[in-house]
Amino acid sequence: MSEQNSLTYAKVNEDVIRMLDKPTVKWLALFLPVLGFVGFGMFCFLYQVYTGLGVAGYRHPVFWGVYITDFVFWVGIAHSGTLISAILYLFRASFRVSIYRIAEAMTVFAVLTAGLFPIIHLGRPWFFYWLFPYPNQRELWVNFKSPLLWDVFAVSTYLTVSSVFFFVGMIPDIAAIRDKVKEVPRKIAYTILSLGWKGSNWEWLHYSRAYLYFAAFATPLVLSVHSVVSWDFAMANLPGWHTTIFAPYFVAGAIFSGLGMVITLTIPIRKIFALEDYITLDNYDGMAKMIILTSLIVGYAYGCEFFMAWYSGSPAEWGQFYYRVTGEYALFYWIMVVCNVLIPIPLWFKSVRRNIKALFIISIFINIGMWFERFNIIVISLSQGFEPGAWGIYKVSWVEMGITMGSFAWFFMFFLIFIKTLPAISISELKEILPVPRKEAKHHG
Amino acid sequence: MDNQGVLGIFSYVDLTVKAVRKLKDEGFKNLRVFSPVPNHEIEDAMGEPESIVRFFTLFGAMLGAACGVGFTVLTSSDWPIQVSAKPVVSIPPFIVIIFELTILMGSLSTLLGLLINSRLRRNAPRSMYDPRFTDDKFGIMVKCGKDNVKKVEEILNSQGAEEIKFDGV
Repeated sequence: MSEQNSLTYAKVNEDVIRMLDKPTVKWLALFLPVLGFVGFGMFCFLYQVYTGLGVAGYRHPVFWGVYITDFVFWVGIAHSGTLISAILYLFRASFRVSIYRIAEAMTVFAVLTAGLFPIIHLGRPWFFYWLFPYPNQRELWVNFKSPLLWDVFAVSTYLTVSSVFFFVGMIPDIAAIRDKVKEVPRKIAYTILSLGWKGSNWEWLHYSRAYLYFAAFATPLVLSVHSVVSWDFAMANLPGWHTTIFAPYFVAGAIFSGLGMVITLTIPIRKIFALEDYITLDNYDGMAKMIILTSLIVGYAYGCEFFMAWYSGSPAEWGQFYYRVTGEYALFYWIMVVCNVLIPIPLWFKSVRRNIKALFIISIFINIGMWFERFNIIVISLSQGFEPGAWGIYKVSWVEMGITMGSFAWFFMFFLIFIKTLPAISISELKEILPVPRKEAKHHG
Repeated sequence: MDNQGVLGIFSYVDLTVKAVRKLKDEGFKNLRVFSPVPNHEIEDAMGEPESIVRFFTLFGAMLGAACGVGFTVLTSSDWPIQVSAKPVVSIPPFIVIIFELTILMGSLSTLLGLLINSRLRRNAPRSMYDPRFTDDKFGIMVKCGKDNVKKVEEILNSQGAEEIKFDGV
């Protein structure tokens, strides 16, 4: 990390804590519209609850639509946060240090957003707790053989563990803020959140160990969560869904989309808060390389699906894939291929990987492409199943669009609050990769 | 009785480590080191035993797995009804639940282990803490008897402490 050599311990504290200064007019100018969209999304949801699920575009045979697409999309976004914070931690990839906090925050907020959609999708959302196994007067238990229930366990575990990981990682940094801020209310808040952290040898000893275990738990967890999400589909006997490649295909896609979102979020933050010394071009270079890898895996999976459909000899399976590229939804299919496979190709060149503007544009297309990937898998498969007499077309309604926009606003709302209240860059981990202050140079030998 | 506290504040990690070693050589075992980052040299000099958090993790994970098995098997047997042409107790789908509960409870017990063992809030009295320890300074707190305060102060001074604070004098 040669570019970070000019930093010192004190400067890191100062720069990170400076981000928490009073919100500017610009911040408010972003925050208020975001709140407005959240409000509109809530209005749409209440309208749907009041009127019934008919206002969503559900038509026979498509009863999983945009809401489930949004669910899978947001769970996917969450994944690269854990990838960057846990998997790269285990691999000791130092380029993660300056971006992992933002990625982790993104994980927590994206899971919070994703968790809303299965509930929004329910006909009687006020009975959502029936999904949880608890002793009840009906003397019934949930069906543990259903992938939808695995989802409940996987997603709620993921939310819990990623929140714990996020919070524990912040404790030493919150203590650093506590020791710097002067205003009494802020001081009290950070004192409570820091749990009395003092940075003693005991604390660091157990902290380092515990952090390692959290990373070791989060790594298999993140792989399991999106596998479970993919089994929501793959377990069902429907052309386009019923395939064994779904788990790795979904995990790669999730990391791909999540990295896209990390880049989309960090580029403006880096610019606004002048963090060029922290989030360096090397960081983006590393992420862009992972995007190339995951884009290749996703592209391979697209091809593989066609091969398997053809090789299976099943007319329903082959018909489904022929329909994807030529039918009513073909435009969406080709948007997906262009965004996820073709647009990332320039990243093979180093000059593009280190070009912030190009990266930003590519990352936006990746977000779009990955949303359509989920839409294609879910909606196109449902609309043409085995029985031609039962085929049908689903159109997205304004309520669904409103709630989808609301979900993006909901996510950005948390993110904007986070950026002004909690340390967006890990102070203590950044210091770890800086040279330790020494009186005499270290003697080797 | 180690009822006196002496706190030395250092700017450099190598001086801190030397001071720790010196204090240990002189027979002062009741030490606490503060630092803005975890540091292996300090850890080596202090010679603390391996963190006990790993047992919390192991126990929590095993408990989680056991809960997962018990939960799925017992509730399914409680109302035996065949679903999806699978046996009532069907292991492959239950593995997902067992796996998730293992991770959930393993993580939560790791958190518990961390909170209990790092003795948050009980590490040092407030007067023996300096806000710069989360910024760029290192500190050594020595607990010693009344007669040794002078000696500790001398050692800390000779090892390059920039400031010294006392507690309980």
